[in-house]
Amino acid sequence: MRQKILRFFTRRSTWASPYILFLLLFVVLPLILIGLYAFMDYEGRFTVSNFTKFIEQPEALNTFIYSVGMAIVTTCLCILLGYPAAYILSDKEFNTSKTLVLLFILPMWVNILIRTLATVSLFDITGIPLGQGALLFGLTYDFLPFMIYPIYNTMTKIDKNLIEAAQDLGANHLQVFVKVIFPLSLPGVLSGIMMVFLPTISTFAISELLTMNDIRLFGSIIQENIMLSDTMNYGAALSLIMLLIIGITCLFDNSSKDSQLNQGGLI
Amino acid sequence: MNGKKLLAKGYLWLLLAILYTPILIIAIFSFTETKVLGNWTGFSLKLYTSLFDGGMSHSLLSAIENTIIIALVASTASTALGSIAAIGIYNLKAKPRQAVNFLNNLPLINPDIITGISLFLLFVWLGISQGYTTVILAHITFCTPYVVLSVMPRLKGMNPNIYEAALDLGATPFQALRKVIIPEIKPGIISGFILSFTLSIDDFAVSLFTKGNIGLETLSTYIYSDARKGGLTPELRPLSTIIFVSVLVLLIIINKRSERQAQQKKV
Repeated sequence: MRQKILRFFTRRSTWASPYILFLLLFVVLPLILIGLYAFMDYEGRFTVSNFTKFIEQPEALNTFIYSVGMAIVTTCLCILLGYPAAYILSDKEFNTSKTLVLLFILPMWVNILIRTLATVSLFDITGIPLGQGALLFGLTYDFLPFMIYPIYNTMTKIDKNLIEAAQDLGANHLQVFVKVIFPLSLPGVLSGIMMVFLPTISTFAISELLTMNDIRLFGSIIQENIMLSDTMNYGAALSLIMLLIIGITCLFDNSSKDSQLNQGGLI
Repeated sequence: MNGKKLLAKGYLWLLLAILYTPILIIAIFSFTETKVLGNWTGFSLKLYTSLFDGGMSHSLLSAIENTIIIALVASTASTALGSIAAIGIYNLKAKPRQAVNFLNNLPLINPDIITGISLFLLFVWLGISQGYTTVILAHITFCTPYVVLSVMPRLKGMNPNIYEAALDLGATPFQALRKVIIPEIKPGIISGFILSFTLSIDDFAVSLFTKGNIGLETLSTYIYSDARKGGLTPELRPLSTIIFVSVLVLLIIINKRSERQAQQKKV
């Protein structure tokens, strides 16, 4: 018996169990709780009123639609600006320096509030008024590195033989790009969309700071409701809607972030 | 240098200039005493000295202390939990391994606000009063997946027979862990620790939802409430500058390490 117990604890696969328990308690259970609270009223009874409130209240619904719109525009801007940058960075003809790549992803590791406040000060100094334009600039500024990095990562892993084969078979530069490089870089673009689109909908502090509390995104509404005990269940319902969007976005992108991280490279 | 190359380089540098202008403004104005950004009142190191001689507000000082303590405790705990878990997960059978990897990815895919809210609901549901402990638990939750992901490639690159060889030569499983596995995966453990530490210091949303209302502030939440009140404490400028430079140095070190490892692998 003692032997058996000892063998159980020294088997290496057993060492995953503390973390599995941890994940169940701190990741799975909390997500289930969002669902539970969303369908409960203040006194803990089952209800769908939190969702009817969302549809009937124009403010929350409008903010939601506006946030999705802003997130789409921000994501498009990030692709338009980031894709060429990632392409140039990964092309040996233009760039061989890892440090330059590092400079592009470095802002990912600087506190997002500090970066946002820095943008606010840039607008202050140049005298450009804060508002929707500033918000779009700020969001694009904050999330651009998260678009460049995954695209760059995928592009560096494209097999160079494929490009050479295409060239040998008579494809010109444009054809090589359209037929070979672009299709192979799409997984990176999808990861980038995940890393930009979702956080943009759910930001709350950034929009407050860049528009002097004028424009609020969906994240702000969630935050305001969840922190107060009498609207907590409504906040949970809004979070569940957010989770739904995450689920839908994930369906489009099966190669989630871990494939990026697992492949190593920079960080 | 041909025209195309010039254009490509020019684009990269233009983008970098835009990315770094706001950060540079903060860095430049950390060397002057003015309360308002953009108003140069002569070169001065006063903001830097008051950072270190306790001349700044007490609340900012305690926010810095809290941030560092939380980051140290959380990243140490995540590194231990994640490294052991990685060994366990690596030795699981295919099906359970996929399941655990999926759970491990959830905190990576979820935007911060969802992680924060779900944990907030967990602590409310369990009736745990929120403060230091809950913030640290929350930070362990979103840091550990990154540790697992940075240790895993080292395990995959390891010769699986040397562990068995150690056992055959009479080592107990724990001796084999200490003398064989840990030295092999050490670089991954160190990267995981550094990654967790920067993520924890950088976090804003998760801390905001789990810090409770006992007056606990981390640097990020302090900046947030400060910015909402209107002005920014001038000392935050040198502080952001120092943090930015430290992150830059840390990242360059990690990058050089992984480059060196990649080279060693090739040899």
